[in-house]
Amino acid sequence: MALRRSTDVLTPLVFFVIVVSLFPLGVGPEPNLLSTMAPGVIWVAALLATMLSLSRLFANDYADGTLEQLTLTPHPLTMLVFAKILAHWLLTGLPVVLISPLLALQLNLQYENMGILVASLLLGTPVLSLIGSVGAALTLGLRGGGVLLSLLVLPLYTPVLIFGAGAVSTYALGMDVEAHLSLLTALLVLSVIFTPWVTAIALRISLD
Amino acid sequence: MNLLETSKVECVRGDRPLVSDLSFNLRDGELLHIVGRNGSGKTTLLRTLCGLSRPNAGRIRWNSTDIHALGDDYRALLAYVGHANGVQGDLTAEENLRVATRLDNGTDTLVKGALERMGLTRFAHLPTKVLSQGQQRRLALARLLVSEKNLWILDEPFAGLDADSVAVMEDMLTDYLARGCMVVITSHQKIGCSAKATQHINLDS
Repeated sequence: MALRRSTDVLTPLVFFVIVVSLFPLGVGPEPNLLSTMAPGVIWVAALLATMLSLSRLFANDYADGTLEQLTLTPHPLTMLVFAKILAHWLLTGLPVVLISPLLALQLNLQYENMGILVASLLLGTPVLSLIGSVGAALTLGLRGGGVLLSLLVLPLYTPVLIFGAGAVSTYALGMDVEAHLSLLTALLVLSVIFTPWVTAIALRISLD
Repeated sequence: MNLLETSKVECVRGDRPLVSDLSFNLRDGELLHIVGRNGSGKTTLLRTLCGLSRPNAGRIRWNSTDIHALGDDYRALLAYVGHANGVQGDLTAEENLRVATRLDNGTDTLVKGALERMGLTRFAHLPTKVLSQGQQRRLALARLLVSEKNLWILDEPFAGLDADSVAVMEDMLTDYLARGCMVVITSHQKIGCSAKATQHINLDS
């Protein structure tokens, strides 16, 4: 569905590319500094790019009444919500993951660390979409919902950021990253199980 | 014989009581016409009947079971057309109906006929955002034709329709009621369709 509205897909991706590209311009082209910063910069940018697209997750459907119709279909709303989140991730999270090695190169991240960067993003970005969906559902139909959404969701993103960016930095120092990746996977599993359910409840409240 | 039973229902919007102590029984083939001023709680009442909102007090039962207890089973047998059309602007008219049938576990076979009946065949392949308000409304109503439901809950279905479309809609209602299904409708105008029995509820009195 969102493919028809190509700007919705491109905006977060272009935003991601621009934010990451701004850092070398801001802090200067010092290769060592950039490569230490790279994981953090890419992760924060990915987080903000997801954030940017979240408000669109349910807003259009809410405005035109589609959401009402969806809640009235004889399907568990949790499954429909999960499908929506999955589509959201495929169109915003996945492109970010795919383009990240290119941007990492720009930040002078060592070639051998690319794999772990992509792996951590692959595990982490779905968590961002999943947690964000709860915020998006709760702020639906509120005025100034966008700002409130950031305030609600960004603090919840910190664990993902810490373990995601931490995995890459730790790997770059030559240490074992199994713990980081296990924790990210745990976050992913937990949020896959619980967030669609919570989001569905929040949507029902928003529609009441 | 199906029975939609509402006993002593009270609806509240914010702190304002809108509907209080409302009871009615609706059986197969019957039409319930709800009238009332703007803001008298017609939409709130319909949303409550759909199960989108919960009544503040009272019970709504379908064949003696509470509709919230029935959950998906109740939703499977009702179709709702609200103020918002629920039409996706980026999809074509035909795609909109196909999505609706897919979500209803229905088949696509009725889509063509529904578009034709609503006079939308010529526009079936245009993205619906370029259609006029009235055409979008017709598409929302066409969704009723692709689903096999026992109960239609319609909020101002005639709003924005031209005279011809109103006549088509009235025919649709007559056919539907003749098949032994039930309709709950709000409308400011008189509804020219025949039903086994028509009940009127005035929310102002």
